[in-house]
Amino acid sequence: MKHERIAFGLMAAFFVLAPLALYPVFLMKVMCFALFACAFNLLIGFGGLLSFGHAMFLGTAGYAAAYSAKLWGFPPELAIVLATGAAALLGVLTGLLAIRRQGIYFAMITLALAQMVYFFYVQAPFTGGEDGIQAVPRGKLFGFIDLSDIWAMYATVLCVFIGGFVLVYRVVHSPFGHVLKAIRENEPRAVSLGYDTVRYKFLAYVLSATLSGLAGGTKALVFQLASLTDVHWSMSGEVVLMTLLGGLGTVFGPVLGALALVAMENYLAQLGAWVSVTQGAIFVLCVLSFRRGVIGEIARLIGRAL
Amino acid sequence: MPEIFGVPTQALFGQLLIGLINGSFYALLSLGLAVIFGLLNIINFAHGAQYMLGAFCAYFLLNKAGVGYWPSLVIAPLAVGAFGMLIERTMLKQLYKLDHLYGLLLTFGLALVIQGLFRNEFGSSGLPYPIPEAVSGSRDLGFMFLPNYRAWVIVASAAVCVGTWFVIEKTKLGSYLRAATENPALVQAFGINVPRMITLTYGFGVALAAFAGVMAAPIYQVNPLMGADMIIVVFAVVVIGGMGSIMGSILTGFGLGVIEGLTKVFYPEASNTVIFIVMAIVLMFKPAGLFGAQK
Repeated sequence: MKHERIAFGLMAAFFVLAPLALYPVFLMKVMCFALFACAFNLLIGFGGLLSFGHAMFLGTAGYAAAYSAKLWGFPPELAIVLATGAAALLGVLTGLLAIRRQGIYFAMITLALAQMVYFFYVQAPFTGGEDGIQAVPRGKLFGFIDLSDIWAMYATVLCVFIGGFVLVYRVVHSPFGHVLKAIRENEPRAVSLGYDTVRYKFLAYVLSATLSGLAGGTKALVFQLASLTDVHWSMSGEVVLMTLLGGLGTVFGPVLGALALVAMENYLAQLGAWVSVTQGAIFVLCVLSFRRGVIGEIARLIGRAL
Repeated sequence: MPEIFGVPTQALFGQLLIGLINGSFYALLSLGLAVIFGLLNIINFAHGAQYMLGAFCAYFLLNKAGVGYWPSLVIAPLAVGAFGMLIERTMLKQLYKLDHLYGLLLTFGLALVIQGLFRNEFGSSGLPYPIPEAVSGSRDLGFMFLPNYRAWVIVASAAVCVGTWFVIEKTKLGSYLRAATENPALVQAFGINVPRMITLTYGFGVALAAFAGVMAAPIYQVNPLMGADMIIVVFAVVVIGGMGSIMGSILTGFGLGVIEGLTKVFYPEASNTVIFIVMAIVLMFKPAGLFGAQK
């Protein structure tokens, strides 16, 4: 436990102090994606279910937050709650279908369902098509904290991120999390011990969708934009890569993976399609010779779980 | 003008034809995926990229070497298939003992690399590829005009699909393959070189994708991203059909193409999503797929 506390302290200190040296919008993007990747990791790292459609939750929540804040004048806290709820609902609907198959089929089904959601948003009038929903007002949090101030926004994102992270940590270390790990390791045995494994997997899926929604709603307010990019399959691929690079099934891996990928995108942005070439190459490298990921390797070196 | 359900027959048959064309490509691609999955237990995410490579191979052969469509139909699948075998020998081979998901992730990465490199070089717009002379023009069937090239695509894909089915289900070579799918260790013990069979099978599946790519070049143009969205639809086709049966994936491919074409006539808004909706319905009632067996 102690090393995890230290790692958590280091991570929190980094996000509190980093804006002194780094661009705060960049860091907010990192935190949104880190929460997204942590939510994703809950499913693959601890439940053993690879979803290739997680962008649908991020994007749906983004649209819900942006639309409600801009057109209905929702305050930011309500917009984020609505966004999280929308993602949770989508998680329930798609989860009921996807959970019927496992392994490779589960990945293909989630990908196909996400593509269906993507095409729906391409055509639906309220999403603004290619333009997306722009100039979303950040509003006043709880009526008195003006989020157009960058530091107020930063503090809000930091709170959301830390809150989400702690929740994932608690879930992973709860009896529920241990049953999930048991299902990942050996599902027939978990069934024989009397666990309703389908229900556990479904709950993990919905929880992961919900937290992805929290990340997506927050991201829409930070960037004041909801667009098709967040629903596209390449976004689903990116979150897989973040988690894989940081370390599947580690608590801190997804955060580091998100930091690395967002940084890479920022610095390689002017190189266009080279970003996807680099991402692809990292995928290949990770799968062939670095399957534990960065944090996984560190954890192995110090002989403790991180 | 004659009408069916308030739709002019010209439009109806026209869309049915386009549906059959799309169905030909779905069938060829899902067949390749099913053949690869049967033996390697890997979902080949690079299938779309390899389909694109087939089309580009034909494009290069025509523009750099002056080699026409007909030789390309053989050369491109061989070349791309050889490239596939190289990938299998150097990369995929290392993953057989691991969780099958790693194969999916690796091939996804490869697809990103291949598509990214081509996009850097050729942008995202399509490059034209002419329809070969022997099958250009069209004929009047009385109720519609049938472009010869499209008729050729449907006939040729159906022939290749049925040929593949025949080899796998009815010949001795196919029986080795099916036996190795069931129990590779036992087949190896009988003195059959299973690793080589795996390499050749992967190469064959990839070659099928490249073949589809060459056929698609004159219809859809040659585009670095032509396979990227296609592969997701093909995944849905595979889920609907279930990967257990070769004939199943062929029939599902053609069938869904037709359903998509009909949707374009009667409810165009849903034509992009109809295959995914069919997938959701099939999952509700028959989770293992129409032709699959739940493992």
